[in-house]
Amino acid sequence: MSPRVGRGASLIAVGLSFSALTMLLSAVAIVIAGADPLEVLARLVRETVATPYGLGQTLFKATPLILTGLAVAVPLHAGLFNIGAEGQLYLGAFAAAWIGLVLAALPGPIVVLLCAIGAFLAGGAWGALAGVLRSRFGAHEVISTIMLNFVAIGLVNHAVTSTLAQPETVHTAPIPSGARLVRLADRWPAFQGSAVNDVLFVAVGVALLSAGFLYRTRLGFALRAVGGSPRAAEAGGIAPGRIQTTALLLGGGLAGLAGLNEVLGFRYYFTIGFSDGVGFMGIAVAMLGLQHPVGIIAAALLLGAVSHAGLAIGDLVPSELIGILEGLIIVMVLIAQFTLRRIERARLKARLAAQGR
Amino acid sequence: MDAAFVGQGVRIAVPYLFAALGGTLSERSGVINIALEGMMLAGAFGYVAGTHASGSPWVGLVWAIAGGVLVGALHALLTIWFLTQQIVTGVAINLLVLGITDFALKLAYGSASNSPRVGSFEHGWANPLVWVAVMSVPVLHLVLSRTRFGLHLRAVGDNPLAAETVGISVRRMRLAGVLLSGALAALGGAHLASEQSLFTSGMTAGRGYIALAAMIVGKWRPVGAALAALFFGFTEAIEIRLQASAGFSLPPSIVQIFPYVATLLVLCGLIGRARAPVALGVPYEPERR
Repeated sequence: MSPRVGRGASLIAVGLSFSALTMLLSAVAIVIAGADPLEVLARLVRETVATPYGLGQTLFKATPLILTGLAVAVPLHAGLFNIGAEGQLYLGAFAAAWIGLVLAALPGPIVVLLCAIGAFLAGGAWGALAGVLRSRFGAHEVISTIMLNFVAIGLVNHAVTSTLAQPETVHTAPIPSGARLVRLADRWPAFQGSAVNDVLFVAVGVALLSAGFLYRTRLGFALRAVGGSPRAAEAGGIAPGRIQTTALLLGGGLAGLAGLNEVLGFRYYFTIGFSDGVGFMGIAVAMLGLQHPVGIIAAALLLGAVSHAGLAIGDLVPSELIGILEGLIIVMVLIAQFTLRRIERARLKARLAAQGR
Repeated sequence: MDAAFVGQGVRIAVPYLFAALGGTLSERSGVINIALEGMMLAGAFGYVAGTHASGSPWVGLVWAIAGGVLVGALHALLTIWFLTQQIVTGVAINLLVLGITDFALKLAYGSASNSPRVGSFEHGWANPLVWVAVMSVPVLHLVLSRTRFGLHLRAVGDNPLAAETVGISVRRMRLAGVLLSGALAALGGAHLASEQSLFTSGMTAGRGYIALAAMIVGKWRPVGAALAALFFGFTEAIEIRLQASAGFSLPPSIVQIFPYVATLLVLCGLIGRARAPVALGVPYEPERR
């Protein structure tokens, strides 16, 4: 067996084992709650993929997760942990809503484009700020991005409550109807009731572009080189600080784009507290998707289904089960990564032993 | 500065103080502790569940500590034995504990939002947890700076290889740091729940992250962390006071970001240089044959 095939096989074996373990642990929680795990599973599958509405909601929930997953994964390729997607997403959504309001007089498609650019730049600026704090002042990005989340949310909430909120509400005025994106239900009536919209295609397109960027461009190569070894990259003529800031800028921008799902595709305005952990779930998406854009699309679909499932299973088992499942999945991915490293090491040892060293 | 105002500031600061002290112990041993939030939440739930089941807040306190230590054990297992990325582990644990406490809240009390009211400690200054908090600052300062345990804890956080070489078990010391961290953060959660006499879903609401901020602003030292926690507590008290007294008020969202901005300034070395433990966040694998 060649090492490459062996690696693929152990990845699949470990993946399946830990999926089984996750389901087993969830089943324990379901039994504790006095329900039948198989019934819950059947309902979960039926309501998330087997009906057009359920499928639509799964896709709707997956849309921002694809983008926040990329927001974590792209900087991770440069060796940086972006824990700031939550705040970057918040800023991106706010920027889109604000631009939609201010430029309401322009033609719809132009407003959409400017909203997207604004969302990317707002999230990107916040990401780049963490990069600058790191390269100029030595502030570690994991802590600074966590802190910047709260700062972004606080500043945006202040802007909304102090000036932009509609009377008696915590949301802004809606963007003009010309700038609202088409819902899938408008094209295929079977999706009726689901909010899945064109941002889904933007997200998938951006994921594919990210793959091309990471693996086919000079900058993508530089980014991965810095992730592999900043010193080696520097010796090869790459400035790690600048690349790291660029990686965080891109990550922040991707998270910012995730805000479009809410503002251009769903509610058409910015409302305080809308993000509800979607940025943090991006960490789970990135890890589960093995940091690869295609894997991230798959992981986002899975976690999107999970996050929609809460509503569907509420009469069988407390829907709070979903919260447990979301945390559990990340924990299991972490342990699976450890297991894979151990298998890899054991294999290496066996090879060395076979060669008589 | 009247008694009510001071009481308010201290009341807000006590949960920060406990969790920031807990974070200090964990991080001085080399393990980043974003899981403070989850540890506090487990403590708050444990306190209310124990008090509800027994009628005694002291039993509640034992349950709270058990909850926090349990969360600490999970964090330790993952970060120390499975060598996982410590920040991601903390974020995952926070999500998990939020899910578990919400699930348990629904199962035990049939509510998605809050538990029934429970008998509790006296509020304010009469709450014994306030005095436990006050006492733990000098105690932990002495433990860290003057005892063999403290020396070993700092050693594994700054130079694990050297510590292991002179016979200190890095894993055991880090386990101790993280478990103690869980117990202390849980006391913070218990204080929060006892002041409100009930548990509400996600009631820590980011306080674990403020505690993390206090720990950094306090430069990973117990006295510094405590002062930062008090500072943040009083800042919030001032804001509440200003809102109550008509005429002038600071926007609450701006006041809320204050601890995080202070932390960023410290991280950037603009308010003195913070020196994090050298091996903070670096998983340690003992020498193998």
